[in-house]
Amino acid sequence: MIGYPRADGRMGVRDVVLVVYLVECAHFVARSVASGFQPQKVQIIGFPGCYPNDYAFAMMRALCTHPNVGAVLLVSLGCEGFDRDGLGAAIAASGRPTATMAIQEAGGTRATVEAGRRWVAGALEAMATSPRAPLAWGDLVVGTVCGGSDGTSGITANPAIGRCFDALVRDGAACIFTEAGELVGCESHMASRAVDPAIGDAIQRCLAKAAVYDHAMGHGSFAPGNAEGGLTTQEEKSMGAYAKSGDSAISGVLAPCERPPGGGLFLVDDIPEGAPLFGYPNVNDNAKLAELMACGAQVLLFSTGRGSVVGSAIAPVIKVCANPETHARLADDMDVNAGLVLTGEATLDLVGARIRAAIADTCSGAETRSEALGHQEFILSYKTYGARGPSCLVRS
Amino acid sequence: MDAGDDPRLLALSPSDNVCVACARLGAGERPRVDGVEMPIAEAIQLGHKVARRDIRAGAAILKYGAKVGVATADIRRGGHVHVHNMRSDYLPTYTLDGANPYLRRDG
Repeated sequence: MIGYPRADGRMGVRDVVLVVYLVECAHFVARSVASGFQPQKVQIIGFPGCYPNDYAFAMMRALCTHPNVGAVLLVSLGCEGFDRDGLGAAIAASGRPTATMAIQEAGGTRATVEAGRRWVAGALEAMATSPRAPLAWGDLVVGTVCGGSDGTSGITANPAIGRCFDALVRDGAACIFTEAGELVGCESHMASRAVDPAIGDAIQRCLAKAAVYDHAMGHGSFAPGNAEGGLTTQEEKSMGAYAKSGDSAISGVLAPCERPPGGGLFLVDDIPEGAPLFGYPNVNDNAKLAELMACGAQVLLFSTGRGSVVGSAIAPVIKVCANPETHARLADDMDVNAGLVLTGEATLDLVGARIRAAIADTCSGAETRSEALGHQEFILSYKTYGARGPSCLVRS
Repeated sequence: MDAGDDPRLLALSPSDNVCVACARLGAGERPRVDGVEMPIAEAIQLGHKVARRDIRAGAAILKYGAKVGVATADIRRGGHVHVHNMRSDYLPTYTLDGANPYLRRDG
């Protein structure tokens, strides 16, 4: 495996230019700047809201200084509430080339798009000689989510990802999982896997917050497609989702944007503190992927039964398909076929080993299916941030 | 599970009262489960649940060795176990089928 060493000591597995809109009003211009460049090299992220939000700022800072990012162009309308100077300063302090273009000052759409494209072209030219260095498992943070789950997810792809996570933890990598709303019902067992009682308490507290949010919103993490695929209840879906975490001890609970202190298995607590505000904690699968990347994940494992096709900006997504019928229909979108467990052609251990091999290939430069297809989904919404409880902590 | 059981129906834990369909099953099939033939009343899709034994209304549905819901009707061995005869103890299940009796519009 080979990566891109960064000034903060972390290693990237990609070297992308981000074009970042700081309010929806700058989204079209940002997209116009990025269009015409390879989607694998130039990607768009942003925040749509006009009003400031501590969570959104922390997420954007973490993502713009993510190890897979080599240069950042900020596109501002000019009058939005986002702290563009603070973000620009944080990116510059990380040692990355960066520029900020405000559409109102640059002369409008056409002038900003032209200036932006010139800047991106220059950044790509400079990055052609970005230094590279061997990458070890201990340099990696690997995140996982499931999306479009069905009755096969919990018996093929999810436990296979769990086997892979167990191997990666032994290799020294940090493995992170999230989706507290899809772990409701597994509290006691999860807490029993914590490396100490305080972390067990933090796990229980995280899942209790998820239940408060679910009841306030009137929905858990359950979509109609889950039922069509044979899942009947949230607690049934949770049991299957939980299998992604494997059997390793849980070394800590991380807040969004908090990095693992070293190797091991960590839960990312995606449920805000305090009374429910701003709506669902994460509105879709890509919102969860964004949080895992903000915690430092350079590679993402995505388990799907019904057949999600998403990828992500910034980090490559490896899709593990749980359902052999889905795989037959959507093979072009899938990286690993865990449905072979049901057809008797592979064991969970073999699929877990194939996922680990897919990570090694991806971190040696091979494109994942969603990368090859040009996917670069991204979403960031308002969320409450900060004021963490005293029991949320990390031991490693 | 007994040797000779149909591999298309998988009990994830010895205590489970449902099996997961690892392949589609057709109505009228009689796969062997726990050493005894099981009459399949209706077609079962991949990933769906089948009652491993008779389940009384109000009894817990056990999968992965854990309670994942409650039966809302008596279910015969071999019957499809899903939103029409099972509910969550946690939150109502949201489906797009408005006729689904399990969808509680009154909260």
